[in-house]
Amino acid sequence: MSDTYLDSLRNALFTSMDSNEKVVVIGEDIKDPYGGAFKVTKGLSSKFPDRVFNTPISESAIVGVSTGLAIRGFKPIAEIMFGDFMALAADQILNNASKFSLMYNKEVTVPLIIRTPMGGGRGYGPTHSQCIEKMFLGIPGLKVICPSIFHDPGKLLQKSIENEEYPTLFIEYKNLYNLSTDIPAELSVAYVGDKYPVAVVENSAEKPDLILVSYGGLSEHILQLMVDLVEDEINLRAIFPSEISTDLDQEVIRQYISDCQSVLIADNNTSGFGWVSETAVALHEASMYKTLDIHRLSAQSNIVPAAKELEEQVLVTGASLAKKVFEILI
Amino acid sequence: MDVFQRKLYKELCLIRHTETSLLELFSQGKLNGTVHTCIGQEACAVGVINAINKEIDIVFSNHRGHGHYIAYSDDVKGLIAEIMGLSSGICRGIGGSQHIQFKNFYTNGIQGAGVPIVTGMALAEKFKMSGAIAVSFIGDGTFGEGAIYEAFNIASLWEAPVLFVAELNHYAQSTPSNEQHAGNLLTRADSFGISSTVADGMDVLAVFEAASRCVRTIRETQKPEMLFLETYRLGPHSKGDDHRNEDEIAKHRKREPIALFEKALGGNVSDIYQGAKEEVNAIVRELLNV
Repeated sequence: MSDTYLDSLRNALFTSMDSNEKVVVIGEDIKDPYGGAFKVTKGLSSKFPDRVFNTPISESAIVGVSTGLAIRGFKPIAEIMFGDFMALAADQILNNASKFSLMYNKEVTVPLIIRTPMGGGRGYGPTHSQCIEKMFLGIPGLKVICPSIFHDPGKLLQKSIENEEYPTLFIEYKNLYNLSTDIPAELSVAYVGDKYPVAVVENSAEKPDLILVSYGGLSEHILQLMVDLVEDEINLRAIFPSEISTDLDQEVIRQYISDCQSVLIADNNTSGFGWVSETAVALHEASMYKTLDIHRLSAQSNIVPAAKELEEQVLVTGASLAKKVFEILI
Repeated sequence: MDVFQRKLYKELCLIRHTETSLLELFSQGKLNGTVHTCIGQEACAVGVINAINKEIDIVFSNHRGHGHYIAYSDDVKGLIAEIMGLSSGICRGIGGSQHIQFKNFYTNGIQGAGVPIVTGMALAEKFKMSGAIAVSFIGDGTFGEGAIYEAFNIASLWEAPVLFVAELNHYAQSTPSNEQHAGNLLTRADSFGISSTVADGMDVLAVFEAASRCVRTIRETQKPEMLFLETYRLGPHSKGDDHRNEDEIAKHRKREPIALFEKALGGNVSDIYQGAKEEVNAIVRELLNV
């Protein structure tokens, strides 16, 4: 059986702890036998009992203590159990960890990784289902990484742990955890960039009818749609950056977005004021493509209800994505 | 009077003159932004910092950190240059009064946020078995911030070698402590299993002795300690924003740290006082000519 997104992340934690004794893992309920709310840390505390720490329910202190450890020579990986709880740690991230390297004249490094899962689809309701990563974009000194199903998420996590000297927020998507990272035979993938590559996925060698630009959890639905539309000869190209705190790479725009008229930019945050609008502006500003027909799709500007049918009305789903794609193509 | 006592006295004077000069520079329109001076609280800085091993120990200060910094670094020039926004400042003028770092000394301007961070730093030193401890300076106003209780809990639970120093100056900006806090601040650390010491924060030798005992205990037990220092801020919160009763300030001025220490020393120390004043004045003159 192939690796899932979750296996890949878990293996990366084992590998990183094995190869670097400065790596410590800190979070709520992460030790065995429980192994974390989503089991990403399962087995870790049994193998590395001295370097895996269960904490009290104190998200602010999880990040604060980890920041102190990072400044003084460790490589802490802090787990925030649900992405929604990032709000509790926001001050530590915004006013402390991400500022230190900049305001202290770069004499201080803060090699801190904060991992957290975002997204709904599980009926957990308004405070356990949100995608709020847009609130952490645009913070100087903070890098935000979010692998899609087309990335090897463990490899990206390992790179962050090994290379980053400054705080890195590593967003995982709950809906991807149990999916295989194998790429379906119908799709081809090219990767642009070394460290945090952009995945460019196509379901045909022909010129695309529509380009989708997205990241993270929506890659599940985009993958399915691209496979489903092969038979209908609808050619789709999808572009998934894995580092979402910077503008879309100009080279990617030049090479992969110049040959198509229509672009759909999608995420599952509440609509507006976020990554989707920022990406739309980046495309617009790439002057020679000003004739692009840009479309947007995000979650509703509403809370995420617990009931399945209501939740599906608020979040972007496979069905609402397909509907939007057909609206654009027809 | 021994060499050590003269050293302590000189540090008190250097801090006092630096703070006075900064307020003067402000009134002359020479400084941008803000300063929070520690006039009246100098003994807390000098007594505690002299009780640690400056070669290895860590200090995490706060918005009112000039005194802590001078006692730690003896670098009056770097501090004033930083607050003047000069590139020769400790952090090239980027941090200003509240955001500085030098060797193992750090400050930041967010109330209470440094307490979990310094707890993590102390744990790092313990894991590395470096022998270093960490010191966290907070005020009574900081007891309104939830972040400190999360940190106290973890510091005690995970046995971090950290000294929490609370300078009780009885005000948070303009609001008196008794309008902010229910119950008794002095027993708050007890409920986390952290033992507390209370000392006279106006008396530099009393602070030094109490801090030295705490530091010794922390090195032995590798567990946190809490030190409360009863003190009073004689100057405004920042600049000219003082609405306190004059009689109340006058009462505390009678016991201010420099006068109190002079009385204890008995001898003539005006040369030290004047020397420190000249030193600071010369630095200010030099920096103004830059």
